Amino acid sequence: MEPWQRAEVPGPVKAVLITKPEVVAALIKRAKRPLFVVGTGSLGGNGEKSPLEYVVRIARAGKVPLVATAHAAVELRKRGVQPAARMAMVEICSRLTDPKWSLHGDGQPHDLVLMLGLGPYYMEWLMGSGLKSFAPHLRTISLNRVYQPHCSWSFPNMSEEEWYKNLEKIAEELER
Amino acid sequence: MRIKADELQLPWLRAKGLELNLGRVVREWEEEEGPTPMPDIASLREWDKKLLRRYKPFYLPFCDLCCLCTFGKCDLSRGKRGGCGIDMGGQLSRIVLLSCCIGASTHCGHARHMLDELIEKYGRDHPLDVGGENVYLEAPTIRLVTGIKPRTLGDLEDVLDYCETELVHLLSCTHTGQEGDNLDFESKVFHAGMIDHVVMEVADIAQISAYGFPKADPEAHLVELGMGVIDRSKPVILVIGHNVPPAIGVANYLARENLEDQVEVCGICCTAIDLTRYSRKAKIVGPISFQLRFVRSGVADVIMVDEQCIRADILREAQKVNAVLITTHYKNFQGLPDRTRDPVEGIVKDLVEGKLPGVAILDSEKAGEVAVRVAMQIAPRRRKMGLIPPEEKVMEEARRCTSCFSCVRACPNTLPIPQALAEAGKGDLKPLSELYEPCVGCGRCEQEGICPVGIKPHTLILGAHRLETAEERFKMRAGRGAIQDVEIRRVGQPIVMGEIPGVLALVGCSNFPGSWKEVARIAEEFARRKYILCTTGCSAMAIGMYRDENGQSLYETYPGVFDAGGIVNCGSCVANSHIAGAAIKIANIFAKRRLRSNYEEIADYIHNRVGAVGVAWGAYSQKASSIASGFWRLGVPVIVGPHGSKYRRALLGRKEDPEAWKVIDARTGKEVYVGPVPEHLFFMAETVEEAMVAIPKLCMRANDTARGRSMKLNHYIDLHRKLFGELPDDLHLFVRTAADIPVTMKDEVMAFLKEKGWKEFENPNPDPTLVPRLVRAKEG
Repeated sequence: MEPWQRAEVPGPVKAVLITKPEVVAALIKRAKRPLFVVGTGSLGGNGEKSPLEYVVRIARAGKVPLVATAHAAVELRKRGVQPAARMAMVEICSRLTDPKWSLHGDGQPHDLVLMLGLGPYYMEWLMGSGLKSFAPHLRTISLNRVYQPHCSWSFPNMSEEEWYKNLEKIAEELER
Repeated sequence: MRIKADELQLPWLRAKGLELNLGRVVREWEEEEGPTPMPDIASLREWDKKLLRRYKPFYLPFCDLCCLCTFGKCDLSRGKRGGCGIDMGGQLSRIVLLSCCIGASTHCGHARHMLDELIEKYGRDHPLDVGGENVYLEAPTIRLVTGIKPRTLGDLEDVLDYCETELVHLLSCTHTGQEGDNLDFESKVFHAGMIDHVVMEVADIAQISAYGFPKADPEAHLVELGMGVIDRSKPVILVIGHNVPPAIGVANYLARENLEDQVEVCGICCTAIDLTRYSRKAKIVGPISFQLRFVRSGVADVIMVDEQCIRADILREAQKVNAVLITTHYKNFQGLPDRTRDPVEGIVKDLVEGKLPGVAILDSEKAGEVAVRVAMQIAPRRRKMGLIPPEEKVMEEARRCTSCFSCVRACPNTLPIPQALAEAGKGDLKPLSELYEPCVGCGRCEQEGICPVGIKPHTLILGAHRLETAEERFKMRAGRGAIQDVEIRRVGQPIVMGEIPGVLALVGCSNFPGSWKEVARIAEEFARRKYILCTTGCSAMAIGMYRDENGQSLYETYPGVFDAGGIVNCGSCVANSHIAGAAIKIANIFAKRRLRSNYEEIADYIHNRVGAVGVAWGAYSQKASSIASGFWRLGVPVIVGPHGSKYRRALLGRKEDPEAWKVIDARTGKEVYVGPVPEHLFFMAETVEEAMVAIPKLCMRANDTARGRSMKLNHYIDLHRKLFGELPDDLHLFVRTAADIPVTMKDEVMAFLKEKGWKEFENPNPDPTLVPRLVRAKEG
């Protein structure tokens, strides 16, 4: 699988492709201390559906606390969701490399991080690579429409329609 | 000095063939020398470590590999080390150092070339004058770092000798098997940045003094800016780059031959800024991202380049529109024959007859004459041959798009090209035209093998925007150079006490994540809020390329004075030194801190007291990284846009860690918690809104008075609420006492603080320092 931006070649360790969305739901269910980091790249949509809609459903059903970057929090609140924190992308991701840090402040680190729309593609790419190298205690899942090879798991590059189907499936699995 | 005697007899000496060489004589000056004259890599390491304990690097590997030596490629991911033993942190800090060495060396080479040329023309004894009686402190960074008080062009040679030595040592540290510790690499990064600020100051004060650029003039003239201001009816010479002497050669020849009204001279990037500091007739096309679009417009008959930020394919692009290329610097020959020693007549004849696509001429005055004569002769023939297609052709081409998205995957800003082409194919050019502003003009979408059917998206965007391009007519203030001492006296106290909410430097290149107007938006917001705005380079142009609600550019609406609500265009990249210089001057002129080779104390002063922050929204170059690192060593935070994350390392504070935010109260010697001010040293913002909220926060300092902190909090809270829709959730960390709370927000903020269990700070107004030797308390 090629990364979305043409020249972004990652290295030998690449994300496992998410071919079955049920796997993501299972990983969320199995995680002890998951976290969902959502950025402004999640604010788009095709008029009928928005990725943010699925962010909210997945976070609620999976009981995953949300961290919103930049002004993503504004849109979440419009949907009746108050994120657990609003932090800049580099602020949350740098803290995630600390094995003693968690959002709950109890010294127990998070073990799974879901990411969606952390700014432009390359910015999420770099956050993924920072976590890959400096947060060995953490597994990361990119729920973006395009391949993010520095995460532990990522969707392949896909159409918007396919993407929404996959997000729907994850949400449904968790809502069961 | 050289003394030679074949035979010498003195009462106490008899010698034959005596030859005595003395180095330069260093002139003493009134200020006592500080602890670190001409610091080497080790001299300020302890200061750097203090900053790095507070602001920890967060590394963002571009890829998992190191491929710098033949051990490699080595996989450094997930804790692995390379064949040489380096780990990912070490490798990335090494890459940051490499980038800063490239940046600082580029400015240093620029300064050396400039100085050599000016000394040859004006002599070593030509006096330095950057602002007459308004600027007594002519070279704050040079004085601070080297301990030299330069009076003449010749004095600057000593400064560059020192800097060149340091840069060689720094670059050598990036060799395989040298440094292994990432924090020591980071300290060297700071050193490279500090050297960069020195050499930038050398370059700019030399050219201001010799060429008679505006001398710290808040009312420097207004310059015409934009693609639409270029008079196409005349022969047009385009200059691109940073090192202005060849462009000045053009202006000199035109003036000498009384041709100024017959030939249009315009420029892109910093050479344009510096040329307009010299000649009121010259115009600015736009920032570096306008290179491809203006060259392809075919308006320029002759393109003259000097150094830095010039497209590597400039000759190819010039040939496409039958423009002649003249290169003027050995750093950038472009494969052209060196005709420096040939007579002008012969060079002009060969170029006019098309025997050569261009030439290299390493003599500025000769290059200027050739450029003018060639432009005048070929202009009638070229008829401004351009590559920008008419609207019908754009629509026709757009219909061939197969929506494969290959162009989007090549685009650094992931612009929605296929969607815009689909609309264009149906006759609506607006979506395609709207891509003009966020397009950074790299042309990657047009490269071989990108589009399977051979569409040229960048060219089509230019075609769709053709009519609007002709209306690009703006004004910007010419680069004024230094900040006056008298201005510093006026604003020193309100800045240090926090009553001017901050000094904001909007600087750097044009690799913007969206429209360039985002920079103007930041400028307008903070000028209205009475921050002091300084700007340079392509960002100074971006601020100009916008009209406010009155239809004026921000340079027309806001004064050019270094005071609350002023927008101060200092000049080109090398004029960034004046922004750092202003902070240094505050410590010296207002606070009377000794300047000469006293780096640590001055940096400590600036870090704890001067609420300044840099924003390089479109930073792309290695020079931008070294400029930023010079600010880091002074303790000044820098914000970059999303593309800045590709510098691969942030320097971030942890606001929740109380131990990180202790200073020493210089009055008592006791440690005092002051809150997370400033919270970060190098921060990447995801959106312009995030940057705008971060700016007032990063302007807070430990020394703020209650009134000052209240004003800064007012802006932080107001912008946070306006852009993020609620009170900031870290507000309690910045309110030291109830007196800090903005009066109009008292009830709301108090309720929030109560919820957070906030308590007043034990000592809200210490005399803050991070340097134990600056404590004034007597022992016992």
